[in-house]
Amino acid sequence: MKAFTVSKAATALMLAGLVLLPLYSQLSGNIFILTLFTRIVILALAAASLNLIMGFGGMMSFGHAAYLGIGGYAVGMLAQEGVGSGYIQFPVALAASALYALVIGALSLRTRGVYFIMITLAFAQMAYYVASGLARYGGDDGLTVYKRSDFSGLINLGNRTQFYYLCLACVFAVIVLIWRIANSRFGLVLQGLRSNEQRMQAIGFPAKRYQLVCFVISGMMCGLAGALLANNTDFISPAVMYWTRSGDLMVMVILGGMGTLFGPVMGAVVYLLLEEFLSQITEYWALIMGPLLLLIVLFGRGGIMGALGRVGRG
Amino acid sequence: MAEPLLRVEKLVRRFGGIIATDNVSLDVAAGELHAIIGPNGAGKTTLISQLTGHLEPHSGSVSLGGRDITYLPAYRRCALGLARSFQITSLLLDFTAADNVALAAQAHAGTSFRFFANARKEKGLRDAAHAALDRVGLLHRADIVVSRLSHGERRELELAVALASKPKLLLLDEPMAGLGVTESQRMVKLLQELRKEVSIVLVEHDMPAVFALADRISVLVYGRVIASGDPAAIRANDDVKRAYLGDQHVVTHHG
Repeated sequence: MKAFTVSKAATALMLAGLVLLPLYSQLSGNIFILTLFTRIVILALAAASLNLIMGFGGMMSFGHAAYLGIGGYAVGMLAQEGVGSGYIQFPVALAASALYALVIGALSLRTRGVYFIMITLAFAQMAYYVASGLARYGGDDGLTVYKRSDFSGLINLGNRTQFYYLCLACVFAVIVLIWRIANSRFGLVLQGLRSNEQRMQAIGFPAKRYQLVCFVISGMMCGLAGALLANNTDFISPAVMYWTRSGDLMVMVILGGMGTLFGPVMGAVVYLLLEEFLSQITEYWALIMGPLLLLIVLFGRGGIMGALGRVGRG
Repeated sequence: MAEPLLRVEKLVRRFGGIIATDNVSLDVAAGELHAIIGPNGAGKTTLISQLTGHLEPHSGSVSLGGRDITYLPAYRRCALGLARSFQITSLLLDFTAADNVALAAQAHAGTSFRFFANARKEKGLRDAAHAALDRVGLLHRADIVVSRLSHGERRELELAVALASKPKLLLLDEPMAGLGVTESQRMVKLLQELRKEVSIVLVEHDMPAVFALADRISVLVYGRVIASGDPAAIRANDDVKRAYLGDQHVVTHHG
């Protein structure tokens, strides 16, 4: 039971920190930290969604950043066309992500292993180039979102603190959802398929159907992150869909601990804080970051969560 | 004679120039235990794979209860009452024994597109899992992760998983493979019990076990069925003797 307490304590500490952060920001007058953490929380949401297909579903998608772009462009394009209501923008962002996931998933899931990685990557790059070609919506240069999504009567996204808490609430909601899914009938089938697809077919489960539904759920979650991201930066550009961004998300998941509930959040916090911190020290920060990640992945099997579990046991 | 439970007709499967299944026809009647034997490389696993849907035949047909299933995918055959065990144990290693069996029960108990309720707390599924584990004598190991079970226990678990789907026909691909003497005896005893409830196709190398269990035996050599009949007839069959003992005669001569 002690193994539980170490990783649980670390998780609880991190969550308490995230909840209390706006308070600290207000007291210290440090506005920057709130902006930074809003971004971290949004990307943690994206990482958590990727973890659902990677960690629980065993599907190594290398094109997850596409959903960030789709969710973001849904908000940006609608705002550009004069539709400012978040009650319309967000459902559209989710629907567009779901549709993309359905089509890409149906095609990609015909393949396995390396081919699956490559095909999801290829589709995400395609989305990137399509966005770059949208001349009406800024093309390469991206699109400024002049007004944040309007949730009048509910919440004001223009208010930093309110917006931060909205993002945090979304992360919590998604993690609760993933937790329920992981233990549900659907989740057990999904994890069974990760473990041994042939066996699952033999006891009567059509693999692809379950994996596709999982792919769509995950895509919608990440689309939500995209819609929040566009609001956070008041800007959306093809760059958020670039393959390096998909790679970042993968690193966050693996760093934090694949297939754990809070691992991706932990991974996002550590990864982005390291990036922020190191880039302030030197412009060659990537030179330090790379080996550091390598060490963590090599020696901390199961990522940070796995390492914490071992510390508890050791 | 009534419609057989399983009917295989003129099944052919080639791998390049090699004919691994050569015009195989056989029937399995309801309630029968039909054993398929043959020397290594006779095409037993190829044949089983076509029955389970993991491999498509080039011609011929397979029907279950009068229904053509030749080209149905594995999961659909399972829904029609065909369950299998694997020659090389194939289980969900990171799941507990009970989870493995409960999933098989779940596949046949309504939709699995349920996203919220905790499936491990569904009494119906757990009860079914425990019943199947009890059947094979593994109940006391229900909550052990499969990767920590012994080889013999895994073979029994394979059987429990197959039973949990309440099949009409069990395809057992070498259930005794790798078992020790006492474990084998337990497995034979277990199969003797099970055959009262379900029809079985048994592919097995362990000859004493086969002759003790089978109602009928089909002998496969180079992809062909060279003989089919009850154990006594097979024992007396000259072609079978040659196929099995031929090599041994040569060895004796050299010695």
